Amino acid sequence: MACVLIPVVAAGAVAVVLVLRLWIVCRSQDVTPRESLSLLVVAGSGGHTTEILRLLGSLSSAYSPRHYVIADTDKMSADKINSFELDRADRDPSTMFLQIYSAPVNKAVREHSAVMDSRYYIHRIPRSREVQQSWLSTVLTTLHSMWLSFPLIHQVKPDLVLCNGPGTCVPICIAALLLGILGIKKVIIVYVESICRVETLSLSGKILIHLSDYFIVQWPTLKEKYPRSVYLGRIV
Amino acid sequence: MKRVFVTVGSTSFDELITRVSAEESLHVSVGVERLRRALPRFACRSPPPTLLLALPGFPDRSVPKEIPAALLQIFRSLGYSQLTLQIGRGAVVPEPFSADSFTLDVYRYKDSLREDLERADLVISHAGAGSCLETLEKGKPLVVVINEKLMNNHQLELAKQLHKEGHLFYCTCSTLPGLLQSMDLSTLKCYPPGQPEKFSAFLDKVVGLQK
Repeated sequence: MACVLIPVVAAGAVAVVLVLRLWIVCRSQDVTPRESLSLLVVAGSGGHTTEILRLLGSLSSAYSPRHYVIADTDKMSADKINSFELDRADRDPSTMFLQIYSAPVNKAVREHSAVMDSRYYIHRIPRSREVQQSWLSTVLTTLHSMWLSFPLIHQVKPDLVLCNGPGTCVPICIAALLLGILGIKKVIIVYVESICRVETLSLSGKILIHLSDYFIVQWPTLKEKYPRSVYLGRIV
Repeated sequence: MKRVFVTVGSTSFDELITRVSAEESLHVSVGVERLRRALPRFACRSPPPTLLLALPGFPDRSVPKEIPAALLQIFRSLGYSQLTLQIGRGAVVPEPFSADSFTLDVYRYKDSLREDLERADLVISHAGAGSCLETLEKGKPLVVVINEKLMNNHQLELAKQLHKEGHLFYCTCSTLPGLLQSMDLSTLKCYPPGQPEKFSAFLDKVVGLQK
């Protein structure tokens, strides 16, 4: 009897601890002052990428390095991201500094160039759900995406995850939460619902409104329906 | 030279492309043809639907409920002399032509639609947010055509909201001809662009970057 009871109690205790950790991670909104932070951006197909790049265009160069995650079947987003980053590098005078001093000759220069780091990276993960895919196969592909997302998040350990709705973002955000639950790192999760969503949330939005630190909507109807959300007006 | 630009973004919207490039009416049914042969005075023009429905002897299924005029003819009658189609992933590829002071251009994708948008006097677009916003930000008159074949059509929410605010007109493929002939583009209001700086200010504050 005891040899059945002990593992069950242990599993129950672990579950309670995990849920408590999840609650703590989700509720903590401490603001630690900092000079820069690493950013992981989930770029979905078509309009999602266009919208998120518009948001990124307004961010300062303190948001570096930038890691982009796209679905492996997405061909157009990589092109859009590369154009965006090239355009940004052209406009930002600090990158000129990096180009001139590309071979650091002493520790001081190396530290300085680390602060103004404007590198970016593109990572690919399997898409969690194709448009109109059946629900059962979606559960399986999402689990598969999560299996691959966690090593990526664990390796990158971003300070901030930014996403705006494509299915790809759910496994990434859950993996980021897991980093916090396991006590490895608290990752700030910011979700911006697409401007297309006026009256109803997307499926990703319905899941992540409970798990993100800041959930931004772009129309007042959604703010009324979901008081927990943040409304800043139209931002794209 | 007045230009119309039709765009479907990265999607496929064959029904729209077929309709905008059709030279003949799409709904000429057997019933109408019989009518034309039987009543010579109707041979030169399409009879109005109400007249057809009132005639005995024609089974209902051969009588079209509406006879939309061909869109190319509508564009011509409204003074447009160039029609450019961006067809995306579509399977329907109309043949480009240049005749009777009217030109039809067709292509799938370009790196940027900026030039075509800037030259257009009217834009007819699918309901994708990117296409709509890019057009409205250029201050171009916009007609959004809803693709009724899309399930869970969330794009419709945005088109309805922007129409409510007076920035665009929207319709389906079948109501497009009627809308083109009845709409008044001067009633459209200027679209104020979004403000991403509000986002960056908010984010800077919550992540601790703000001094």
